[in-house]
Amino acid sequence: MYSKDGENYYIVDSHVHLWDGRKENQKSIHGQQFIDCFYDYHANLSPDSETWKFEDFDYYGGKRLMKDLFEDGYVDHAIFNSQMMMEFYHDGFSRVEESWDLVQKNPDKFTYNHSFDPRNGEAGLRQLERDAERFGLKGVKLYTAEWNGESRGYKLSDPWCRTYLEKCLELGIKHVHVHKGPTLKPLDKDAFNVDDVDAVASDYLDLDFIVEHCGLPRLEDFCWIATQESNVYAGLSVVMPFIHTRPAYFAKLMGELLYWVGEDKMFFSSDYALWTPKWLIESFVDFQIPEELTDYAPITTDQKKKILGLNAAAMYDLEVPEQYRIPTTAGNAETEVAPGAKAAAAS
Amino acid sequence: MTVETTSLETEVLSALDTVLDPELDEPITELGFVRSVHIDDSGVSVHLRLPTSFCSPNFAYLMASDSVDALRRVEGIGQVRVMLDDHHDSDKINAGLAADAGYRQTFGDEAEEGLDELRLVFQRKAHMAAMERSVEDRLKNSGLEVSDVYRLRLRNLPSGRMKDALLRRRVAIGLGIAPDDQVFVDQHGTPVPTEEIPLKLRFAKSVRISIEGNSHFCRGMLATRYEDEEDLSTRITNSRLTDRSAS
Repeated sequence: MYSKDGENYYIVDSHVHLWDGRKENQKSIHGQQFIDCFYDYHANLSPDSETWKFEDFDYYGGKRLMKDLFEDGYVDHAIFNSQMMMEFYHDGFSRVEESWDLVQKNPDKFTYNHSFDPRNGEAGLRQLERDAERFGLKGVKLYTAEWNGESRGYKLSDPWCRTYLEKCLELGIKHVHVHKGPTLKPLDKDAFNVDDVDAVASDYLDLDFIVEHCGLPRLEDFCWIATQESNVYAGLSVVMPFIHTRPAYFAKLMGELLYWVGEDKMFFSSDYALWTPKWLIESFVDFQIPEELTDYAPITTDQKKKILGLNAAAMYDLEVPEQYRIPTTAGNAETEVAPGAKAAAAS
Repeated sequence: MTVETTSLETEVLSALDTVLDPELDEPITELGFVRSVHIDDSGVSVHLRLPTSFCSPNFAYLMASDSVDALRRVEGIGQVRVMLDDHHDSDKINAGLAADAGYRQTFGDEAEEGLDELRLVFQRKAHMAAMERSVEDRLKNSGLEVSDVYRLRLRNLPSGRMKDALLRRRVAIGLGIAPDDQVFVDQHGTPVPTEEIPLKLRFAKSVRISIEGNSHFCRGMLATRYEDEEDLSTRITNSRLTDRSAS
């Protein structure tokens, strides 16, 4: 929890990782390129005081994660969203066993979301069944640009992926976190295109689709589909750190997301260890949309409370102590509040 | 260095100025993507670089092959070599460019069609952003009301960079630029119906914010990635002895 000026905030970090990008885990040059790219994101968007050395960044271990999230970082509950990258790393990028160990030792503090790759066909479906049972999965994290053999990506709307989504429904996995990235096949389409989210969101209304990074760099396309689909949500990973490096842009992003997507459908995350939650939460609670941006209403304390934790808590059925609660409609697909969504529906 | 070779350098850089990042709608020269230019008696070698190893390979290919095309239009340039550095697909793209293989040959099964449609998607976004800028400027500075936006004609826009930018983007997607043409139109040039204008304008604004944000972010990432290099300006060397290549 975080408290300031008499207000208490329940914090859910809805997207964290425990990864291993070290040399010995790299399968090819792409493993190095990938962790280098992550590090550049980290170094480019972090305040100097919060920037790690590369040798701390490529692997940091569970102890440091616990300290950064829960001791220093105000986080009440964190959601692991695994990222396997099996073509790049021998044991996968995410440290599954180490993460799972932390979850078992701290069941109130963590939710563990595993992933699947629909290109693994029948064998992958059986694996998903085993994973759902072992981890008690409520959610999965999908990385549609992940490489697999000759393939360099898939779409959520591919037939095999639909089979997996149907399996999710059967297994009680409701929350689908989607990360979009480049090199998706076929290459002559926009790799960040979120049309496939649109297609499956309307077909599987009992699943929630949390689009991590809000579809950046295609903010507008993401916002547009979020107005059409009540079960599409905005994951603020990667969006948050702009609060420091580019506060004016961050303010516009918030203004746009509040307008099109709505305060009940936005989830805070640090994307740890890309960034650490402490400074993001402190900055966000202090943040206000500048007056000169006359198109946007000021952001309220209640909106911040929802975004920082209450929305994700509602979606994941987390017990929020009485003193932190305010009414939120998150996770309730019947409710639609965003002004942009209303305008779009009326058009 | 002779006066003539300097003019050749200028021509080479001007040629590269015409190459745009389709997504950011800005010249690769201004974005810092041109790492080096080397001119010698046989021709010109250009190295490009991008903000990350995982920038979309299709856009990477597009900028590299557009660079080749632009450089070949420089008279007497000789052999044109363009190479993309430090990208996960560098080998593939560089081999494809060297062999003049074209996009589909370069990427094989990964590509289904050409890149024209993709390029058009982003040209349309760029047009929408330029249109929003112009309309927003009139709303703020001329007392124009949203309900009157439908009446706005190209001749009502003050001359200057903003208008030039809009006209260029209209031309790029095949729209007219006659003074009486309406400003707020869809991608086919059809005026947006009055009742739809507020929402469409609001959406165009999201498009503009998105493009501007991406541009700043890409510049920042490039600077972080190459912070060991002295600065992000293009290194130009010229060892050519004659004015123009005979080849």
